Amino acid sequence: MFALNFMRYAFEAGTVVAILCGAMGVFVAARRLPFMTHTLSEIGFSGASFGVWVGLSPLQGMMIFTILSALAADRLGLGDNHNDTSDAVISAVSAFFMGLGVLFLSLSSQNSSYATSILFGSIVGINQGNVTQIVIVSLIVLLALALIYRRLKFDSFDATGAEIEHVSSHWITLIFLVMVALSVSVAAQIVGALLIFVLLTLPSASAQPFCRSVSSLMLVSVVLALIGTWGGLYLGYLTNLPVTFFIATIETCFYLISAIYRRVAA
Amino acid sequence: MTELSTSLITCSHLSMAFGSKQLFTDLNLIIPRGDFFCLLGANGTGKTTFIKLLLGKEMPTDGKIELAAELHNAANIGYVPQFRNIDANYPLSIQNFVALKLSNSFKPWLSKQEKSQVAQALELTGLTAKQQQVLGKASGGEKQRAYLAQAILKQPELLILDEPTASLDKTAKYEVLETVKRLNETAGTTIIFISHDWVLVSKYGKHYLEFDNGQYKTGTTADLGGK
Repeated sequence: MFALNFMRYAFEAGTVVAILCGAMGVFVAARRLPFMTHTLSEIGFSGASFGVWVGLSPLQGMMIFTILSALAADRLGLGDNHNDTSDAVISAVSAFFMGLGVLFLSLSSQNSSYATSILFGSIVGINQGNVTQIVIVSLIVLLALALIYRRLKFDSFDATGAEIEHVSSHWITLIFLVMVALSVSVAAQIVGALLIFVLLTLPSASAQPFCRSVSSLMLVSVVLALIGTWGGLYLGYLTNLPVTFFIATIETCFYLISAIYRRVAA
Repeated sequence: MTELSTSLITCSHLSMAFGSKQLFTDLNLIIPRGDFFCLLGANGTGKTTFIKLLLGKEMPTDGKIELAAELHNAANIGYVPQFRNIDANYPLSIQNFVALKLSNSFKPWLSKQEKSQVAQALELTGLTAKQQQVLGKASGGEKQRAYLAQAILKQPELLILDEPTASLDKTAKYEVLETVKRLNETAGTTIIFISHDWVLVSKYGKHYLEFDNGQYKTGTTADLGGK
């Protein structure tokens, strides 16, 4: 399997992205931002299409759009906790950007298979250059995570306490949103813009009932993301069916097991 | 000892109003070190505003507040807010929740000294045996004691508790107040306890300040008698 270049690239990129998303997902869940993350990903779709239209790579287009949106979300106060108004705003923003994505794709005269690969992932279609870009972006986000780890941890897992201690400052939210934007952009290269939940939300949600510390949450979440990604690639290789399908199925199974455990343990 | 060295907080001729609403006027008060000071009054009478004035988050309309030198360092004031967003699915253990406050470091893991700080706070709040308990699944009293433990992590001189017993049953109320009393007596922490609960105030408090529609009353809790 590893004799094939495209499979090697897929494993390299998949591994790095699974580590990144497993770790970031823990904070996305604690800050209750899964839906906001999904919206960023849909905005990313229009970014990727825009990139294709103007001659950038889909990843670059996606990063531009998601970072700008993360900054806008922060200005609008959507980066904090989830609330009812943000639901309505998020629906409107999602709809608009998905439409915009279709427009850009049509302008760039790409065929529908291109849209499919952006929306549902195309991990086995990536090349050496893509891998390098994905690895660099992922390392930058992981480095930022390491640097702000304790403050982010306090602010995400006890916002009230952090506010009293003046730890909960605006720049933590801002940096975190940019980190999410970058994570979404690289994750979408693997599982597609529509299935971002698969790597950014499910592993950390599945880890929850088994963990009592932020570090163990991150560890279990990363391991679950890695098993899903590796298992998905291997099964995709064996069966020639879409890798994304297998990753989504494996992660959903983990989530079901975890949900059952939570029920039984309660 | 001079009065200055025994008083932690001195309010002189303090007045506070929001627009035309006068919360209190000409408030004179000394909170001595080691006091168990209770702040009483219905909602909207100025309890929270009084705390904000102490913390320097609001400026008084008139008069002044003098804080002892050590309170100028924010780490010396612990504050337990009334509401906290901890639901049943909250995953962290009590120990890890308490340690969250140690956020001023770039090291991802806790140092030996930080670990012993956490252990001490858990010990003081009687949570050592419960430290591995998931906070989301802890009882109301345990949760409040975990919030207390986090607030006293840096061994503050002053601990402000904003209605910590409001949502607790009777047993849990006493469990929390006994913990607070122990902090007050053994660690010498000065307590400001905001509450509606006269029974708890007269049982545990030393001095009180009651706001009542622009008026205030102050004295020792012994004066409250069987109120």
